[in-house]
Parts: sequence; C-alpha cells; structure tokens
Amino acid sequence: MKHTISVLLQNKPGVLSRVTGLFSGRGFNIDSLSVAETLEKDVSCLTLVTHGDEAIIEQITKQIHKLIDVIKVTDMVEHDHVEREMVLIRVKAESGSRAEVLRVIDIFRGKVVDVSPKSYVVEVTGSKTKVQAIIDILRPVGVQEIVRSGIIAITRGKKS
Amino acid sequence: MKMKGARALIKCLNEQGVKVVFGYPGGAVIELYDELLQAKDLIHILVRHEQAAVHAADAYGRVKGEVGVALVTSGPGATNAVTGIASAYCDSIPMVVFTGQVPTKLIGNDAFQEVDIVGITRPVTKHNYLVKRPEDLVPTIREAFYLARSGRPGPVLVDLPKDVIGATINFPETQPIKMRTYRPTYEPHSGQVEKACKMMLKAERPVLYIGGGVINANASEALTELAKKLDIPVTMTLMGLGGFPGSDALSLGMLGMHGTYFANMAVAHSDLLIAVGARFDDRVTGRIDAFAPQAKIIHIDIDPSSISKNVQVDVPIVADCRRALTAMNIWFDKSRDFDQKAVQEQHQVWQKRIKEWKVDHPLVYVEEEGVIKPQFVVRKLHELTGGDAIITTEVGQNQMWAAQFYLFNRPRHFMTSGGLGVMGYGFPAAIGAQIAAPDKTVIDIAGDGSIQMNIQELATAQQYKCPIKIAILNNKYLGMVRQWQELFYDKRYAHTAMDVAPDFVKLAEAYGAVGLRATKPSEVEPVIKEALKTKNTVIMDFVIAREEGVFPMVPAGKATTEMLLV
Ligand SMILES: Cc1ncc(C[n+]2csc(CCOP(=O)(O)OP(=O)(O)O)c2C)c(N)n1
Ligand SMILES: [Mg+2]
Repeated sequence: MKHTISVLLQNKPGVLSRVTGLFSGRGFNIDSLSVAETLEKDVSCLTLVTHGDEAIIEQITKQIHKLIDVIKVTDMVEHDHVEREMVLIRVKAESGSRAEVLRVIDIFRGKVVDVSPKSYVVEVTGSKTKVQAIIDILRPVGVQEIVRSGIIAITRGKKS
Repeated sequence: MKMKGARALIKCLNEQGVKVVFGYPGGAVIELYDELLQAKDLIHILVRHEQAAVHAADAYGRVKGEVGVALVTSGPGATNAVTGIASAYCDSIPMVVFTGQVPTKLIGNDAFQEVDIVGITRPVTKHNYLVKRPEDLVPTIREAFYLARSGRPGPVLVDLPKDVIGATINFPETQPIKMRTYRPTYEPHSGQVEKACKMMLKAERPVLYIGGGVINANASEALTELAKKLDIPVTMTLMGLGGFPGSDALSLGMLGMHGTYFANMAVAHSDLLIAVGARFDDRVTGRIDAFAPQAKIIHIDIDPSSISKNVQVDVPIVADCRRALTAMNIWFDKSRDFDQKAVQEQHQVWQKRIKEWKVDHPLVYVEEEGVIKPQFVVRKLHELTGGDAIITTEVGQNQMWAAQFYLFNRPRHFMTSGGLGVMGYGFPAAIGAQIAAPDKTVIDIAGDGSIQMNIQELATAQQYKCPIKIAILNNKYLGMVRQWQELFYDKRYAHTAMDVAPDFVKLAEAYGAVGLRATKPSEVEPVIKEALKTKNTVIMDFVIAREEGVFPMVPAGKATTEMLLV
C-alpha cells in the first residue's frame, strides 16, 4: 500500500542523503520525494511517498525517526490530510490545437505559464490522479516534456 | 579562554573522562599529535594499523563500560578505520572516532588524502559530523560523546579539517546537552511492564533470550535476579554471553546457528519468550517462521526500530534493559499473585524436559587419540584461568568454540566481533582490553587465518608491554568456510587451505614476544601454564585436528530445531 510520509528534519548539510541513504541501504522504495524549508528557517519538511506492507512501513518510519537529525515523522495515512502535486507540461499547441488545449486546461483549472509559437507550458496542481489525468488527456495532442514536483502533504485543521 | 582547536579537543577529552586514545598519526592530524605530546592525563597508544586502533578502542570501551576513542588521519587513515567502525556499529559499542580532514577550503577538490569519510561512514555510524567552523568544534565533540554513550550506544565519527584544529577558538563553558531531535526512552511504560509480568506469571514454558543490550545496560544483576525469582531458563546470544552466569543451572548457553541443542529446543518449544536487549538476528532465529512458533513474545529494547523488525512482538517494552528488568523485579516483589513456589511447580515439567535435552545432547566433542581438539584447548584455558580471563576472539570456528566452551560467568569478559564478524578483531581488541584491565589475563582465542589479518599489532603489544596470550587454534584452514564447503559443497575446498603460513613461534620471537607450540594433547596444559606464567606477549600455536567442525549447527535458512549434531 502507498504511504505518504512527512518528515521534519534539521536543515543541515548532508541530511537529505541520510534519509535517501537509509532507503537505498535497507532496500525501501521511494516513489517520490520533495523537500523544502518550513516556517522555521533551520527546519526542512521532506515529503516522501513509499509503498510496502505494514511491517515495512513501520520499519521505515522507525528507521527515519532514528536518524539523529530528524525531528518528527508522520505517516499521513493515519491523519486527515490534503495531498497535492504540481506538474509543468510543455505541450504542442499549434494553430489547429491551441483552442482545444486551452479548453482542457480550463477544465482542469490549470494555467498557461509560457506561450511560444508552437507550444504552451501548462501548470496544473491537484491530486496525483488529477495530474495523471491531464497528462493522459493532453498526450494525443503532443506532450513534449513533463516535470512533476512529487507529492506534498499537510494535515487538515481541526474540525471544531 | 582562548586556545587552539587541537588543545580544545584534548580539553574536551579530559572533560569526558577519556584516559586513553588509540591512534595513528598523519599530515592532517599532525597539529593534534603535537598537542597530544603535552597532554598529561591522556595516554596515546600507537597502533600499527588504523583498523586496530578502532578495534582496540571498541574492546577498551566494552571492558570499561565507557566510550572508546580512536584518532586517525585523513584519507587512507580514515578508510582503514572503516571496518572497525562498522563492527562497533553492528555491536552497538559506544565509541568516538576522530578523523583528520584536509583544510576546509580544499574539501571537495580531490585534495591529497581527501576522502568523504562522513559520506563513507554514514551507514555504519550512529551519527557523524564534519566540523566546518572552529566555533562548532567543542559543542560537536560534546554532542558526539553524548550520542555515543546514550540510548542505543554506537560509534560516532567526528571529521576534523586541518584548519579547524589549527584555528584559535574560545573554549565554551559546559552546558547540559539538549537535543531537539534525540531523546531516548529509558523508563519502561508501567502498563507494559505489568502486562509482561502477568504473562510471565502464567507461562508454563518460558525462556529468557538475552543479547548484548543486557551487557551495554549493565543489566546482568537485574536479569539474574529476575531469572532466579521466576525460575526461567536463560539463553544468550553471542553478544549476550556473560550477561547471565554460564555455569548457573538455569543457563542454556548460547542459542542459534551454533547454539546448544537444549537452547534451541527450549526456544522452539517455549510458550513465552522474553527477549532482552537482543535483536532476533538471522544467526539466532534460523528460518524465521519456525522460530519460537508457539511463543508469545515480550521484547525489551532501548531501540524502537529493533522491535518487531524480524519477528512480530506481543508486548514491546522500549526502555533501558536494566530499568525495565528492575521494574519487573519490583512488580513481582509487590505482587500478591506471585508465589515463587507455585511458579516453580508450574515450570516443573518444563524444567524436567530441559534437563532431558541437556542429558540427551550436551555440548560435546569427540576425543581422538594423539590429536589436539580445539574444544579441549578452550576448556583447558577456562580451567587454568579459573574462568576469570578476558577472552577476545577472532572470527570463524575459533570464535564459536570459544563461545561454546569457555563458560562466561560475568559480563564484560568476552569481546568478539558479533554482528559484522571481522577476522582480525581479536588481537587488537585484546590490546584494548589489556590496557583497560592491566591486571587481568587477556587471551585472544584465534584462528590461523584471522590472526594474520592484524598480526602487525604484535609490535603494539610489545611497545606497551601487554602480556596478552594468543591461542591460535591452528587448523591450517579458513576453518569455518571449509566446514561449509565440507557440508554443502561436497568437500570442494576452494581456497580455504592455509598451507603457507608463517612459523608462529618464530614470528612471535621476531617481535620480541614468546612463541610456544603444542602438537599433542599432553602438551596443551604445559603450554598454557607456561604462557600464563610469562610476563610477555605469548603466541601459543595449537596444532589442532584439521577438519574438526563446529557443532551443533543449524544450516543457514533451516529451522533451529534442524540441528546437525556431533
Ligand atoms: C575480514 C573477513 N574476511 C573474510 C571473512 C569470512 N570468513 C569467516 S570465517 C573465515 C575463516 C577464518 O579462518 P581462521 O581464522 O583460520 O579461523 P577458523 O575458522 O579456522 O577457526 C572466513 C574467511 C570474515 N569473516 N572476515
Ligand atoms: Mg583456521
């Protein structure tokens, strides 16, 4: 089963390689990974998506937690949370297809962030399925390149 | 107070109570060595290979129950130390290793004798540091010692660029170490303790399975009290030997691949397994689904990631072993449900069964006329040292015979490279042990192959007048590998014969040590006696039955009940 794991860690040199080294050294999988700083300057948040059975996920969270620079490990599966991924797509857009492409982008509430005579760069954010869907739909039109951010996740605010 | 980085480092060592540093100099640490020359409260032991410095620091730390310290130069000095660090990591040994590094402005330039030792040792250290700013030097060293000795102990490496050691710094006051990200759990959860104790009261066939964590946590006494109070047989891992008196009636000896028949049978038939500071290593469990199949499992360990890693645990207790065991002892002392007589009665059938296993298949070997059996040598060593020596081992058959036949009654008397299994560990470890305990008899039970991996340390032993006794169980083979080839590869002895080897007696003499040889059983005792009398390093070359095997043996991947016996 897929798990999105959020890791707060001290922003020190080499800390990312401690996490990724752990995954390669122990044969755990990383499906996607994204890191950036948080409200606190010296703390980074790393979101990773991994898969495995319960025992493996338990080991993964425990082993990450054991790293000295790690502050907190959250398996998002255990929390009500929101997940988003962003994709940048450079898609062929010539006179004949421009309107069609714009319509699709509109449906997905995407944005055109760069225009050139023969292509658009499109930005779409959403769940992994939504991101995958727009890629699939645009593919026949002529997707030239995509770059995905990997998933980031945050827990929802308390209901009351 | 302003001072040079090098001096600050030494001041830090004093502050941490370090008395001995094992090391080897080089360009990147020359400044530090210059400073060491003036350090009064610090002894430096000059080894002959950096790997030996780390193994010696490992054993020194184990004997003393302190953090061992090694110091090596950059590049090759650091890489030579890696095996020692990895061994200490696998065995959870508290240690701080200082490595020299090229000046900060050269880092990343492929400078002379530059390696990314922090990168190289990341997976084999508890944590490691590259000190980039002089002002971080002292706080980093303090943190390194704190990490090495707290929680689940382990080696911590501190990489020291030459300019950082050379810089002038302000020596900061000591402050209590508070780490936001690291807070080991020492106190057991009382609810879990109670749950475990209640299970122990109900068990009819309990077994205590103890590992190196018991030794690290100084938990032997509490463990022994619990075992006796509750009348529970105890089996030990290689790392746990000495954690419970091996000669006690409740001892089952070692379990696992070369464990005793009765230990493996007891675990396989138990209804409650109480694991203390042990990690369900594959050499212990054999085929995992056949390990203790009927047992509920209680697991006490300081490291949460050890729990339910290989075997699903019913009652986890994350805590310091000593505190958890003490809490259990107190619980039983207070409990109205606990009645020692009743418990003993409840275990009567079980104890009887274990006794039968012990009688049916004791730990034995077959005597042969005229040839020395290695087990006989180990038994004699035990007898003639009153079981009181510190034993280190190399790796292979020698290690297993030592573990099986030298009964350890006390903790911190047996040093072996357990998790990594490093040939070449035993002799440098013996040096570390001897320096930690100058009045003790220290014996390295060695193989003819392994001893050659750090034989150069004879010079170190001589320089520091360590009267270590090396007992080579000389089968002229890489015996343990040969045994596997015999059993599983139709006796195709591919590159395991050590037909060409030095004359160990002459070799000892070449270093100024003493060499003795025994080729017949009758010579064993006189040779050992002579060695024990000698106030010098001694190599005893025991020419043993060449193709003797280590038994019992659980073939890799088999259930622990499927033992090959003598
Ligand atoms: C550094 C290292 N290299 C290789 C091995 C693999 N190995 C394990 S036991 C063994 C044989 C050891 O031979 P010896 O020291 O003569 O001991 P014996 O088994 O004969 O008692 C070998 C090669 C090892 N454990 N460590
Ligand atoms: Mg041998």
